[in-house]
Amino acid sequence: MSTWIDACAPDDIEEEDVIRFDHGGVTLAIYRLEDDRFFATAGLCTHEAVHLSNGLVMGKVIECPKHNGRFDIPTGQAKGAPACINLKTYPVKVEAGRVFVDLG
Amino acid sequence: MSQSSTITPPQTIQRRDYSLVGEEARRAEERGLASAEWYAAPIPRKQLKELMKRKDGPAIRDTALWIGALILFGGAGAYFWGHWLAVPCFIIYGVLYGSASDSRWHECGHGTAFKTRWMNDAVYNLACFMIMREPTVWRWSHTRHHTDTIIVGRDPEISVKRPPDILGLLLNLFAIKTSWFALGKLLLHARGRLNAEEATFIPEMERHKVYRTARIYLALLLAVAVLSIGLHSWLPAMLIGLPTLYGGWLTIVFGVTQHAGLSEDVLDHRLNSRTVYMNPISRFLYWNMNYHVEHHMFPMVPYHALPALHEAIKGECPPAYPSLLAAYREIIPAVLRQVRDPGYHVVRVLPASATVPPATQPPVDRLADAA
Repeated sequence: MSTWIDACAPDDIEEEDVIRFDHGGVTLAIYRLEDDRFFATAGLCTHEAVHLSNGLVMGKVIECPKHNGRFDIPTGQAKGAPACINLKTYPVKVEAGRVFVDLG
Repeated sequence: MSQSSTITPPQTIQRRDYSLVGEEARRAEERGLASAEWYAAPIPRKQLKELMKRKDGPAIRDTALWIGALILFGGAGAYFWGHWLAVPCFIIYGVLYGSASDSRWHECGHGTAFKTRWMNDAVYNLACFMIMREPTVWRWSHTRHHTDTIIVGRDPEISVKRPPDILGLLLNLFAIKTSWFALGKLLLHARGRLNAEEATFIPEMERHKVYRTARIYLALLLAVAVLSIGLHSWLPAMLIGLPTLYGGWLTIVFGVTQHAGLSEDVLDHRLNSRTVYMNPISRFLYWNMNYHVEHHMFPMVPYHALPALHEAIKGECPPAYPSLLAAYREIIPAVLRQVRDPGYHVVRVLPASATVPPATQPPVDRLADAA
């Protein structure tokens, strides 16, 4: 069952960047890519619980700020040590000038 | 230095347990020192993003210079083999091989030196072989070093323990102790085994890489030895293998400045790491790792942006050491004193304007507390 949550305005996130969004005890990372697509993943690195919102977005990749573990943003796939476990991803939609995340 | 002070030692001082599977490891977890939240200097996100930006250009330029110099001085050493002119050639070649490789494996291991991933991986693997650091083992060991920097019982890369092993440090000027242990580990890993400490930080799914690489390293070293014996000449070994030893001294000279003599068990890199100003040649050889406080605080900032990061946050940090000599004026007396007084360490004083460290930071820097 979908549970769409109003997370932010599109302009709250710069192009090729990420912000942290907390809701109901869940921490998410919401991304805006260079081509203006939005994505959401679990907010903490699967290697060690570090907030990805402090990391670096490079194209479709997010790099963890602590150990430089990298994940593919659209799929959440870990791209090599020390990131070995994939990130959970969440559906995102932009409607009426707002970014919504489906926490399911 | 003026920014340092000392602490009176307690009456009973005990040697701490630096292993990752001992009592101190358990205590570090109990005290909230494992995988803890560390202080980070406030810096606007926009500015940090700019500093974190990856480029291929600086590392391609520096790698071309490095490889070019290796070929030039290695070739000249081989050309003049048997003549005294070979000596200076091999001194320079050795430093480029056995010492400059230290910062190359390190930066490329973080994946920040180049923008292009395969370039990081290629230089990482080459430099790891040069300095005899198994790539998978050291990738994970260094990951832990960044999680738990100088936390006793957690950090596998504390190079100067208390009390310090002075003989070991001197032997490591020629990488003798480190290479001896590295060889022992290669033999262990080639048999498909890890030691108990390595098992704490290398995940199961990565271990097959350790075993495979150890076999490749041993095969390469054996091939060089066979070639040297076959040719009745030290020359092949002088070019591959031995430079790790005879050229490794600068690794220690630079590396000891990073953390030696400073606090253990603090969650603030300003207190357990040093930033030391160095000349351009040293910074080329060391790829700016002299900005060590900055590197630990923001490890995703590439080496070529560390001087700019230093400028951005230096108001939050203790003063940088003006030179290598200035750093050693502090380190040598501190380390020598720690031989008889392991509780002693240098306390870095934060500027009055600096941001207060997190309230969660345990006020722990006495061995008496750990007893």
